[in-house]
Amino acid sequence: MGRKRDILLAALILLGIWEVSALLLNSMALPEPWMVLLDSAGKIANGSLLDDLAISCLRALLGIALALITAVPLGLMIGAEEGLRRRLSPFIYLLYPVPHVVLLPLIIILFGIGNFSKIFLIALIVFFQILVTTRDAAKNIHRNYFLAMQTLGASRLQIYRHVILPATLPKILTAMRISIGTAVAILFFVESFATTKGLGYIIMDSWGRADYVALYTGISCMAALGFGLYLLLDRVERKVCAWTQSD
Amino acid sequence: MITAQSANLSFSHGGADHPVLREISFQIEAESSCAIIGPSGCGKTSLLFLLAGLLQPDSGTITIAGQPRSGTILQNFGLFPWKTVYQNIGLGLVLKGVEKKRIQQKVEQLLIEMGLTGFGAHYPGQLSGGMQQRVAIARALAVEPQILFMDEPLSSLDALTRERLQNLIQEIRLKKNITMVLVTHAIEEAVFLGRRIIVLSGRPGRVLRIVDNPQAGSADYRQSDIFFHRCVELREILKGEDYGQET
Ligand SMILES: Nc1ncnc2c1ncn2[C@@H]1O[C@H](COP(=O)(O)OP(=O)(O)OP(=O)(O)O)[C@@H](O)[C@H]1O
Ligand SMILES: [Mg+2]
Repeated sequence: MGRKRDILLAALILLGIWEVSALLLNSMALPEPWMVLLDSAGKIANGSLLDDLAISCLRALLGIALALITAVPLGLMIGAEEGLRRRLSPFIYLLYPVPHVVLLPLIIILFGIGNFSKIFLIALIVFFQILVTTRDAAKNIHRNYFLAMQTLGASRLQIYRHVILPATLPKILTAMRISIGTAVAILFFVESFATTKGLGYIIMDSWGRADYVALYTGISCMAALGFGLYLLLDRVERKVCAWTQSD
Repeated sequence: MITAQSANLSFSHGGADHPVLREISFQIEAESSCAIIGPSGCGKTSLLFLLAGLLQPDSGTITIAGQPRSGTILQNFGLFPWKTVYQNIGLGLVLKGVEKKRIQQKVEQLLIEMGLTGFGAHYPGQLSGGMQQRVAIARALAVEPQILFMDEPLSSLDALTRERLQNLIQEIRLKKNITMVLVTHAIEEAVFLGRRIIVLSGRPGRVLRIVDNPQAGSADYRQSDIFFHRCVELREILKGEDYGQET
């Protein structure tokens, strides 16, 4: 496929730029890509990196999943039910612009410094992004679709299943695309303290030890994690939104 | 039998009531066909919604004897872009909880009848306007309606496709003894398909005249003198109503 080839080409160009910069800069702080690659491969092969990769992956995925299963139903209902929308929208209006990251101390006081707090903070931040997009998408569904369902004698639940959810799905997936970036950023933030596991920890730890190759291994794995989630989403999108790519 | 008795309808926006339909009275016999014609914006769609039970009159009554099953085709077809042709046609049956096997039989039969074989897996966005209209007709027919409400189902088609679909509708109506109510702004279409033609005035719509047209639907009607004269008659009635001078 042409698209795949283009992406591969872009990756090679980026690696090339990295290589050239490393050679020009000739500094410990920017090791050459092959050194990082070698380090990563070695650590994955002997298993010392797998744990961290797995736990980071799990934290990000669970955070996103938790946000998704709460924000989507709620967003659909707030968007589609006028009474609910009138009552709840002012709350969203006030709560959405709050930088939720600052709630970290509160979350740690409530849930401790374990995995749950980390997942919860990721979920909280992603929750609002998905909630607002889903609500707006559900609110703007054309009236005709509801009329058509009414002529077919559909129940409210059937309308959710056959109209409201599928109509908003492309928007929800776009919101998730943005959320992946956010989730990985927050992942780094919550893994950068009070833990000894995860890619965030690896980055902070090797930075502290001035082990720059290990540092870039951590950064590259973080990037790969984000990219992997992106690919996963691509696949889901092609499956559930076939109709939007049909032209 | 469908009976409208001095039905009135108005929409309110900006605090004021805007009358849309005024003192509408007429009857449509069971297994007959009726065309509703009138200038743009006169309230044809609103009247069809009243008959189909999608809207309630402010005063007056709409009654349909014997609670028959009905199917409705909306002005812009109301097809769901996220469902395939097959799923769109079968939706009414799915919502009624009909078993899969029977839905499949019914949909496949309709695909053949409507000349849509091979397009079941397509999405509406991949079809021409005429094919979309046939899908909309098939969806309405899938529930085996005794009354079919159609809102300009053939607008935006070229003359020949239009006549072919008119013939198809006429054929199906006779074969299945369906009562048909058709909204149109095309005079020839009203005369070819409507045994009774209800002519509405410009907005707010009143019944200007009810024209009996017993020859409707007969073979070669379009080529006959009666057809021609009836079209002229309708044109005369509609003259001066065009831009809805009454407000
Ligand atoms: N939901 C609504 N709220 C407010 N006004 C409406 C609504 N639906 C229709 N109207 C108004 O009622 C009038 C009649 O509309 P309607 O759609 O019934 O006309 P129509 O004869 O079907 O028009 P067209 O030939 O363009 O399809 C229009 O002036 C329209 O602006
Ligand atoms: Mg209309």
